[in-house]
Amino acid sequence: MTKAPPVPLLLGGKRSDGRRPDEVRPLEMEIGVITNADGSAVVSYGRTRVVAAVYGPKEAHPRHLALPDKAIMRVRYHMAPFSTKDERKNPAPSRREIEISRVLREALEPSVFLEHFPRSLIDVFLEVVQADGSTRAASLTAASLALADAGIPMRDLVIGVSVGLINGTIAVDLNSLEDQYGEGDLPIGIMPNLGHITLFQLDGSWTRDKLVEAVRMAYRAVGEIYGAAREALKKRYFEAVQEVT
Amino acid sequence: MPRYVVPRQLVYPGDPIATTDYEVSGPVYIDNGRYRSWCLGLVEVRDERTINIVPLEGTYRPKVGDTVIGYVTDVLAIGWELDVRAPFSAYLSVHDAVLKPIDLESVDLTTLLNIGDMVVARITDIDVTREHPISVTIKESNLGRLEGGTLVEISPVKVPRVIGKKGSMIGVLSMLRCDIIVGQNGRIFVKCGDVRDEAFLASVIRRIERESHTTGLTDRIKETILKYLSERGHQ
Repeated sequence: MTKAPPVPLLLGGKRSDGRRPDEVRPLEMEIGVITNADGSAVVSYGRTRVVAAVYGPKEAHPRHLALPDKAIMRVRYHMAPFSTKDERKNPAPSRREIEISRVLREALEPSVFLEHFPRSLIDVFLEVVQADGSTRAASLTAASLALADAGIPMRDLVIGVSVGLINGTIAVDLNSLEDQYGEGDLPIGIMPNLGHITLFQLDGSWTRDKLVEAVRMAYRAVGEIYGAAREALKKRYFEAVQEVT
Repeated sequence: MPRYVVPRQLVYPGDPIATTDYEVSGPVYIDNGRYRSWCLGLVEVRDERTINIVPLEGTYRPKVGDTVIGYVTDVLAIGWELDVRAPFSAYLSVHDAVLKPIDLESVDLTTLLNIGDMVVARITDIDVTREHPISVTIKESNLGRLEGGTLVEISPVKVPRVIGKKGSMIGVLSMLRCDIIVGQNGRIFVKCGDVRDEAFLASVIRRIERESHTTGLTDRIKETILKYLSERGHQ
């Protein structure tokens, strides 16, 4: 944070990639990309691209992990060695990835009816194939789309978005440059129908007013991303209809 | 009080369906006085006050009385472990498999059923506190080991579509004069006199799964089968 960014993060109200502060990067979502899995999705927020695969509910192995009254969920967030721009990422799970795996699991658990499947296991795999900031937010969206594709009962989808502070201005959906040189970062996960927040992390220093405004902006951005997510789920079914009728 | 959906609308997880003074069935939960969907589904408005949600995705949830098709995954001391596509394993005891008592000391259980064998079974009991929560029996008519034939696996929530309203779809499929056994767990066993019919029937069943949410499917399937039958007749 001490070094100056290579390009100005904010110039004349436009960000380094030409976006307005409240603008989300181009979204791309597709369901059912991994046929081996019970449910899968690929989600892109701009250049950030995450593949999610869900397996289960299945018998919990090892057995001692199983819970008598509900399913356990296992989430693996992992960045592919080729996903980063500069240096090859070591493929071994890092401290950061293990932590994000846990954080994402705790953000997904409130949305899933785990109590419907006692003694079972739901596996969620998240592979970041290209990283350009907001990977955990994109992972959250991909994971909940894959869970919906697997037909696992859910209270709502969970949509992730990050909000950040760059040069004192609040901006949504940070890219890696803004993440690296900005003054604050707030990844947030929201269940759009119910309005509940399931993930809320924050770093940097924020004033109270800025934080309130940031959360408001996150809800607006989530509305947009949720629209794209619904469209992606719909496409899986209703493109086939157009062909036959 | 309001209803939030229209007939044949696609609903997503969390979408509100109607207030709780309506009668709503299917994959729904109640949140704050409102029914919400818990998965991707299609709305079916039965009448003024009753709504049904037809799920488009879902996993198999075993129920007592279900007919299922399973694979033998292990041979145990006095029974077999089966995979019935549920989150738990199923158990078939010797008692539920043979009509006459057998001497367990002299009879090798693998001569009756071995690993990899396919069976049609009925679920008699589910108890999640047991090691094998699902108990099944094959000691009824139309149950037992399956030989030959082709197995088609489809999503368990599409099984009602393969059967159809009052068995209309299965009636259409039986025009091919094949044996068709539909397991509630989404496994469908077909056996025909001609192997080519089996391959055709399997493709038809996969098409029903793919197009299950469309209207007029039974008629389209009937057309396809009639066309196939007339073409086969010319050969």
